[in-house]
Amino acid sequence: MGLRDILAGRTKQVQPKLDNLFALTQAAITLETSLDLITSGQAGLLFKAGSGSDTITADADILALLNFDLKAEDVTLSTDAMGFKWLVVKDPDLSSLVTRIHGANTALVENGLGARLLCAVFGFVDKTPPGEGDVRMIYLLKQGTWYPFAPTGKENRNNELELRVKAFLETELPMEKDLGRWMALWDLPVN
Amino acid sequence: MARNKVEVDHGLTFRMFLVGLGLVLLYAILGGVALRMGVGMPMVIGFGAILLAAQYYFSGPIAMFSMRAHEVTPEEEPRLHQIIDRLCLLADMPKPKVGIAEMDIPNAFATGRNPKAAVVCATRGIMSRLDDEQLEAVLAHELSHVAHRDVAVMTIASGVGMLAGLVSRMAMWGAMFSGGNNDRNNNSGAAEMVAWLVSIVIYFVAFILTMALSRYRELSADRSGAILIGKPSALASALVTITGDMGRIPRTDLRRAENGNAFFFVPALAGGTAATLFSSHPSLEVRLAALNKLERELNG
Repeated sequence: MGLRDILAGRTKQVQPKLDNLFALTQAAITLETSLDLITSGQAGLLFKAGSGSDTITADADILALLNFDLKAEDVTLSTDAMGFKWLVVKDPDLSSLVTRIHGANTALVENGLGARLLCAVFGFVDKTPPGEGDVRMIYLLKQGTWYPFAPTGKENRNNELELRVKAFLETELPMEKDLGRWMALWDLPVN
Repeated sequence: MARNKVEVDHGLTFRMFLVGLGLVLLYAILGGVALRMGVGMPMVIGFGAILLAAQYYFSGPIAMFSMRAHEVTPEEEPRLHQIIDRLCLLADMPKPKVGIAEMDIPNAFATGRNPKAAVVCATRGIMSRLDDEQLEAVLAHELSHVAHRDVAVMTIASGVGMLAGLVSRMAMWGAMFSGGNNDRNNNSGAAEMVAWLVSIVIYFVAFILTMALSRYRELSADRSGAILIGKPSALASALVTITGDMGRIPRTDLRRAENGNAFFFVPALAGGTAATLFSSHPSLEVRLAALNKLERELNG
């Protein structure tokens, strides 16, 4: 916020930073070798639909504008308890998951939903179960940073594992330094 | 992008600029009066500045205390924290402290001298009356106050009125004491009478301008908040729900909340008796009309 914005009492809408999204494909190698975690084949995008013609509200419209060249059962759209939309994409290959999420982001930005995008989530599971537990890698779109989220049961998270993931990935991914932003996403539809 | 034009309401910005200009002019006139009065004035200005600085620095704790509000952890109030978490990430702003005021009046306020020291506070009454979407809209409005640094802006704006009050009191005492003195002071006694009158006029004009500025800041926060959640209608419905409830609550209960008015989401003294000129918040009709206009703009 510049002085002019403060005096005029206005806020600039923040657009998503997509640059660091693709870094995950590199970091996935470290996740596999160091922590025995591989992709779960699922990724999600969390955003808020608003009103207005350039902010499409109907689920069918959103799916149509994403223009995915794939079978309908690969992509699902749902609304969570807080009124945000979850777009969930399924694909066994991580790099194509990342590409699809990136494509979905770009499509939503082009349709004026850029300011409403919150985060992207990529699921990681133990390669040789039972391991230490699943981890979701979450990309904060406005901040352009990553953080791990390891939920264990109802409203509990494995902070120790999360911090270890952070330590391993710090050199490869821009991790969110403000731990207060490591938002918990309970009941998320991405496994 | 085409959407960006939504962020600016030029009419509102212009009105805010005019009011700001008026307040700056008043500061200048007051400075002139203070200079003419000569000795003792630097002390008054210094004293005023210290008061203002204290008000600015302690605004958060003072507002929290007078509203009987306390900070809450995510474990105590998961719903409130989750909503604020998401809004702050959307707006890419630091998360403020979150507070609850244990009162049944449906209201919310934001305070604190800068975004890092900010507290966003909701009353029990608002939490129980609004659904999640409406509460989110209200919190987006309060977070916009934080982002716009409204505590700092309003402290500076209200400073001229406070200084004018101090100057007028000084001038009055000066006139009283010099009146009984020897003839050398006759002229300065008259000058002090003039200074007293001028500063009273300044005080009055400054009050009206400050209230106007406050109303414009409210409209700005409405607008930014509605844009943040992308749904002006959610904020409009929250406003209607709250003000509908406010009108039904007996006034005697509300008096105690009066001193926190400037920070409130809706002023606690409801009722149409107070003239618009003297109120810190725009009327419900004005706010709803502005939100409707924004809704139309969003729809292209």
